[in-house]
Amino acid sequence: MERQITCINCPVGCRLQVTLENGQVTRVEGQSCKRGETYAMQECTAPARMVTAAVPVQGRTTPVSVKTRTPIPKEQIFPCMRQLATLRLTAPVRMGDVVLSNVCGTGVDVIATKTVE
Amino acid sequence: MLSNELSEQVQSVDVLVVGAGPAGMAAAIAAREAGVESLLVLEREAHMGGILRQCIHNGFGLHRFKEELTGPEYAQRDIDRVNELGIEVRCGTTVLSIDENRFVTAISKEKGVQLFQAGAIVLAMGCRERPRGALGTPGTRCAGVYSAGTAQKFVNLEGYMPGKRVVILGSGDIGLIMARRMTLQGAKVLACVEIMPYSGGLNRNIVQCLEDYDIPLLLSHTVVDIQGKDRLSGVTVAKVDEKRNPIPGTEQHFDCDTLLLSVGLIPENELTRQAGVTMSATTQGAVVDDRLQTSREGIFACGNVLHVHDLVDFVSAESFRAGRAAADYVQGKNREGRYVSMQDGNGVRGVVPQQLLVPEGEAEPVQVMFRPAGVYENATVVVRDGDQEILRRRKRIFTPGEMAELTLKPDMIRSIEGDTVTVEIIV
Repeated sequence: MERQITCINCPVGCRLQVTLENGQVTRVEGQSCKRGETYAMQECTAPARMVTAAVPVQGRTTPVSVKTRTPIPKEQIFPCMRQLATLRLTAPVRMGDVVLSNVCGTGVDVIATKTVE
Repeated sequence: MLSNELSEQVQSVDVLVVGAGPAGMAAAIAAREAGVESLLVLEREAHMGGILRQCIHNGFGLHRFKEELTGPEYAQRDIDRVNELGIEVRCGTTVLSIDENRFVTAISKEKGVQLFQAGAIVLAMGCRERPRGALGTPGTRCAGVYSAGTAQKFVNLEGYMPGKRVVILGSGDIGLIMARRMTLQGAKVLACVEIMPYSGGLNRNIVQCLEDYDIPLLLSHTVVDIQGKDRLSGVTVAKVDEKRNPIPGTEQHFDCDTLLLSVGLIPENELTRQAGVTMSATTQGAVVDDRLQTSREGIFACGNVLHVHDLVDFVSAESFRAGRAAADYVQGKNREGRYVSMQDGNGVRGVVPQQLLVPEGEAEPVQVMFRPAGVYENATVVVRDGDQEILRRRKRIFTPGEMAELTLKPDMIRSIEGDTVTVEIIV
């Protein structure tokens, strides 16, 4: 299988042609440095993203901002958002507090990035 | 002349900082750390932190803290330091005027009108978004057209969505970030439309905010019509030629209830102009020297009010320097030397600083920043003193979306003989 991706390591933004066989990267073309290859490997086998969101706090007009502590698998972004959409937090919430543990079975906690007293 | 009654109310402050966003906080921290006791920060909003408060996405702090923080987390580190140092910050306080003698008028609900005589002022008011009116796009004046930052405030700070079907005009970073945010929160983003043949945003944002969600980026396209009676009902998008004129016959229609504008940022310099500071038409900020002092002695500028940055890390770094410089100024640490001017050469736009002191004694390294005027691959930036090259650096790529920077070392500065230094990009 062939895939086209854009390297995000620097502003050059090399267009990489990645060849995959049985889910393994066998060939990377189009990169102008070694970082392109590493990026292609990661991005084509286990793409991951940080997810951030604003979650409502009961009785407050201002939501609290949250993030996954580490990147989660890309295909878990929308399931994660759906789970976050059901959350109603109760003040006080402090920066760093876990607001949702092990989101979507990823093993990653969602933590507050702001304090609401 | 002030009446006697008023003049008794004038509070004397050594360093006064206008704005408590990332720039103002860094400047205040640096001034206090340099030993300034009499220090005051005035902030218009109810909280410190500035625009970072609504930037809940991650990606801040990689340079400064070597880790990836969200906007609120980045801001909190400076807020904590400001509090730790016991710096007085008056929130909810709007500065109304600054004059050339550093006399400042401000107003707040709690304290009413407040008058200050400042030894030095650091301007750190940040920037504003270019509004719809600046674009001249035809169409009705319906609801549903917002700047991207306004939508960001609605979603992230006030907790409601401005619409369900969205077109984004402009591919600046805030527009890209909002394309992802609106998508994550359940809206459908139909397209991101960019008049230039390249995006104005960071590459990472194009991949992670548009490509991740299959949002088309229409380069060399613009919105040519806005429709809707009360609420926006659709926009017409057309391809543009090299002169950015719409090409007839290329129109396509999008049914949408929201149009977000991410079409540039303008430094907010009303107070700067009032103070009689010389402005740069290119950066739309003050003309400053290598210590970030404006043409008015004792008035300094830093952060997005000076020139629009891409990364907050660089705003903080610049503002620490401005805060230290303001401290030096009120502590009487003056420099002797000869000023040379720094100018934009080919391919370079908005060099900061525009003035450089060639000191009689020891020189300090000077950070020079500018924006490339176009996309240049395998190009070289050259700093020239007349015919004499003082610095040459090759780079794989220059793009207008990414501020370029270089450091002039003390020996380079001391070697300058002429009165003009030019920065240019050679392809």
